[in-house]
Amino acid sequence: MPCRVRARRRETRDTVTLELEGAGSELGEFAPGQFNMLYVFGVGEVPISISGDPARPGRLVHTVRMVGAVTGALGRLPRGGVVGVRGPFGTSWPVEEAAGSDVVVVAGGIGLAPLRPALYSLLARRERFGRIALLYGARTPGDLLYVRDLQRWRSRMDLEVDVTVDAATDGWRGDVGVVTTLIPRARFDPTSTVALVCGPEVMMRFTVRELQARGVPDGRIYLSMERNMHCGIGQCGHCQYGPFFVCRDGPVFPYQRIAPFFRLREL
Amino acid sequence: METLEPLLAAHPFFKDLRREHLQVLAGCAANVRFEAGQYIFKEGEEAKTFYLLRHGRVALEMAVPGRGVLTIQTISEGDVLGWAWLFPPYRWHFDARAVELVRAIAMDGQCLREKCEQDHSLGYELVKRFAQIIQERLQATRLQLLDVYGHVSHR
Repeated sequence: MPCRVRARRRETRDTVTLELEGAGSELGEFAPGQFNMLYVFGVGEVPISISGDPARPGRLVHTVRMVGAVTGALGRLPRGGVVGVRGPFGTSWPVEEAAGSDVVVVAGGIGLAPLRPALYSLLARRERFGRIALLYGARTPGDLLYVRDLQRWRSRMDLEVDVTVDAATDGWRGDVGVVTTLIPRARFDPTSTVALVCGPEVMMRFTVRELQARGVPDGRIYLSMERNMHCGIGQCGHCQYGPFFVCRDGPVFPYQRIAPFFRLREL
Repeated sequence: METLEPLLAAHPFFKDLRREHLQVLAGCAANVRFEAGQYIFKEGEEAKTFYLLRHGRVALEMAVPGRGVLTIQTISEGDVLGWAWLFPPYRWHFDARAVELVRAIAMDGQCLREKCEQDHSLGYELVKRFAQIIQERLQATRLQLLDVYGHVSHR
């Protein structure tokens, strides 16, 4: 489906958020955690998580880190530029299932992008959940995404927001250290918590370890996996992960389901 | 006279420590506070104390020629600050600065070392707890060194 760039915002030195609208037809609904295949004409196609508000499906929001030919071309699209969209694909964060529980959201780097729709959904029906904590780690203060959202979320009394960077720069007054160091002091009841985790795989490995050390059961930890998705419908096999296809069976998995494969090398 | 024993017992570092050990440790403890911006100690100074943070945040800093003062890590409520008091030559390896108002319990290192020499079961308990902290900080530092956010698939 062709879409047009309605707005673009530069998040960081190498990351841009694009807001798309249907070019001639209406955009469908999506669930938090799902992704689209975005196609730049003449360049190629990449899977990109949806990072907007599920309550506003008419506006499709994607945050793109420009690291290759296709993502670079996506990030350079001007307002009015056209992009092909296939999707949404994949599984979603268990927002409904988390009702009545505390929720801890652990994001590393651009991993905040697929978690933002979950946060929007959680906050839209805030009364249905216990404590909610967002623990967010980035490389430097200049690499933090969604600074305006973070400021707004920080001002809420019903949401704990802890942000840390691996390397501080002048003027940074927040935490310094890896995101996993925020887990021991976050306020949540481990036995009644659902954890949503997204970031580089090594960061997720250490995060799972810390969550387990706090007593969060494996079945309540959810991870968003990233692999080389191509077809988006479990046919081409590019994103095979053990017995799963990440595009169809994921990207969001309960940790319990993928635990046997999580630490296998070359998988 | 009121002692600091209840505060020590409430701090995560001394969780489940035996009562008689807490009573001994309370004799080496003092309540302290630091204003925002105040240095708690500086690199190279004698390490006489360690701190159980009860409130606020502390930046661990190093002055690097040509790059200024770099924050290596921040620690806060529930954390422990400093283990140089435990190992000769008892000198701090970095600066510690209160980022905001900090309330802490200061533990006298020399007093503690003497108590640990007198009671090796207390000494073993303390060293086990510090080894756990050192192991956690080492793991966190390793992860920091990996620069995990800098490497992504190139599509």
